[in-house]
Amino acid sequence: MAESPLVLVHRPPTMKYMDEPLSRYYRILTTHTSSDPLPIFLSRHASSVRAVVSIGRFKIDADFLSHLPSLQLIVCTSVGTDHVDLPECKRRGISVTNAGGAYSEDVADYAVGLLISFLRRIPAADRYVRSGKWAKYGEFQLGIKLSGKRVGILGLGSIGSLIAKRLEPFGCIISYNSTCQKQSIPYLYYPDVVSLAANNDVIILCCALNDQTRHIVNREVMESLGKNGVIINVGRGGLIDEKELVKCLVEGVIGGAGLDAFEKEPGVPAELFGLDNVVLSPHTAIATPGSFNNVVELALGNLKAFFLNQPLVSPVRLD
Amino acid sequence: MEEKSSVSPMVLVHRPPAIDFIDEPLSHSFTLLYTHTSPVPIPHFLSSHAASVRAVVSVGRLPMTAEFISNLPSLEIVVCASVGFDHVDLDECKRRRIAVTNAGNAYGEDVADLAVGLLIGVLRRVPALDRYIRSGQYTRLWDYPFGFKLSKKKVGIVGLGSIGSLVAKRLEPFGCIISYNSRSLKPGVPYLYHTDILSLAADNDVLILCCSLTDETQHIVNREVMETLGKYGVIINIGRGGLMDEKEMVKCLMEGMIWGVGLDVFENEPEVPEELFSLENVVLSPHSAGMTLGSLGNVTEFVLTNLKAFFSDQPLIFPVQLD
Repeated sequence: MAESPLVLVHRPPTMKYMDEPLSRYYRILTTHTSSDPLPIFLSRHASSVRAVVSIGRFKIDADFLSHLPSLQLIVCTSVGTDHVDLPECKRRGISVTNAGGAYSEDVADYAVGLLISFLRRIPAADRYVRSGKWAKYGEFQLGIKLSGKRVGILGLGSIGSLIAKRLEPFGCIISYNSTCQKQSIPYLYYPDVVSLAANNDVIILCCALNDQTRHIVNREVMESLGKNGVIINVGRGGLIDEKELVKCLVEGVIGGAGLDAFEKEPGVPAELFGLDNVVLSPHTAIATPGSFNNVVELALGNLKAFFLNQPLVSPVRLD
Repeated sequence: MEEKSSVSPMVLVHRPPAIDFIDEPLSHSFTLLYTHTSPVPIPHFLSSHAASVRAVVSVGRLPMTAEFISNLPSLEIVVCASVGFDHVDLDECKRRRIAVTNAGNAYGEDVADLAVGLLIGVLRRVPALDRYIRSGQYTRLWDYPFGFKLSKKKVGIVGLGSIGSLVAKRLEPFGCIISYNSRSLKPGVPYLYHTDILSLAADNDVLILCCSLTDETQHIVNREVMETLGKYGVIINIGRGGLMDEKEMVKCLMEGMIWGVGLDVFENEPEVPEELFSLENVVLSPHSAGMTLGSLGNVTEFVLTNLKAFFSDQPLIFPVQLD
């Protein structure tokens, strides 16, 4: 019987959830366990490797790829592929798969949770009660109604559409900006982020991070959103100019934010810790046991298809 | 036909000192008397100043006891600036033929929104993780206990009235599976009906308490219900604290008999059992459910409408049944 294929796992030491499922079907090699510098390790041990599983956001750049001459597939457990040099993959004929819709529901649920938590001040009120202030000082400050709020979704892909569906019963008025504008979409379209921000009370970021969208939410967009405006980010930290965001929050240029992503996770700007007009979240939108199971299934499905020369389950476009 | 009085009618406002949103709007049309500014004990104040008062506006949850009402011989209507009216002695009102109105659907949406916010807050650990970051513990990705998916969660709504229905409608797109228990089955409603709360608890992972507090519903969530709900169970209470046996709830949480709770109401507000402060799967809210600017505006509008209707012998809106 042929030996099971060798799969390289490129992951941070703490993210072990794929190891056992993978080892049921494959021999695995992990990049982080070797004391050799990465290029040496790869040259020595991974020259025959045809598939890499990428967990977390360790860079897979041209240099990394140059040490894997047999590589034909990169399986990402994230939806985002901004850590992978896609043009280089295309050039080398390497396919890339991502987590597809495995997380979409959970991210959409979380985005709505962040919005309600912000408008109705749920974490701040919880702090107020736990610190004994309710008993001592009485009524907490008023929250903000959801009904009638204009919500602009940046990126109406699978996650954005699910967010829109969830917000409808709350009486929110949905509009969007996206790379795809379809006639069939029942929401108002805005041609750019600034006009989306100008015409909404809330913007929710759920688009991919790439060269076009890096820092797409900048000072101009935030000033356009205005002093009662709210930003919810369940995409990538890099979508927002974080330095400017902190200034805008501290100075009241925008009303507040619900942030699940930051530019340099797990780093969160300390200026935010003392603010009541922000809800902070440690990249949790995807973190339910169910989502991780989905991702494991999807990763295994892509690997199986690859090794059987069948169509991949969740391929990413490389251009 | 009565002559129109040239002085605007007198209305007694019975409210906590800090909750003053209704004063200015009412003052345009009515002469206001306040219980909380009285320098003398309230019964004395009422006897000397409020003998001719026909209408009281009840704000916050200050009790209107039989004793209080007995000091208002001319009282004909209690207009509650809240949806809840369990703080008003309805038997005494019935005996004296005093009409009672509440705020109807003034903030039903807000309450439903908060119920969903609390549920996501508990299941997905939103306030707990915000705390985790602010305390400087966020040094590694996904290095904390995860929450639960909402999709396919079985949610049992206790009391499918206007608020319960709004909660159900909001949870549908999340993929929750809704069932309910109510005084009676609601025809045409697409959710499974359970005849009692125990079978609702047995069949669900989440209970959301949306019913009013009455003699029948006092402590309707007791130890047996919580044990039946089970160790992954979550209870969201946006009704009244008295719906839950609070002491037993604290024990059940500490013993791991249920997983977590999201509470906007407590048996003895603003007192909150201190044991809850150190629990991670608990979200605490200071009776905020109706507290948005928009909702207070609605409440004010309904109070004004009922006062004007009363003083011009017109039909009232949102009258409370007194039997």
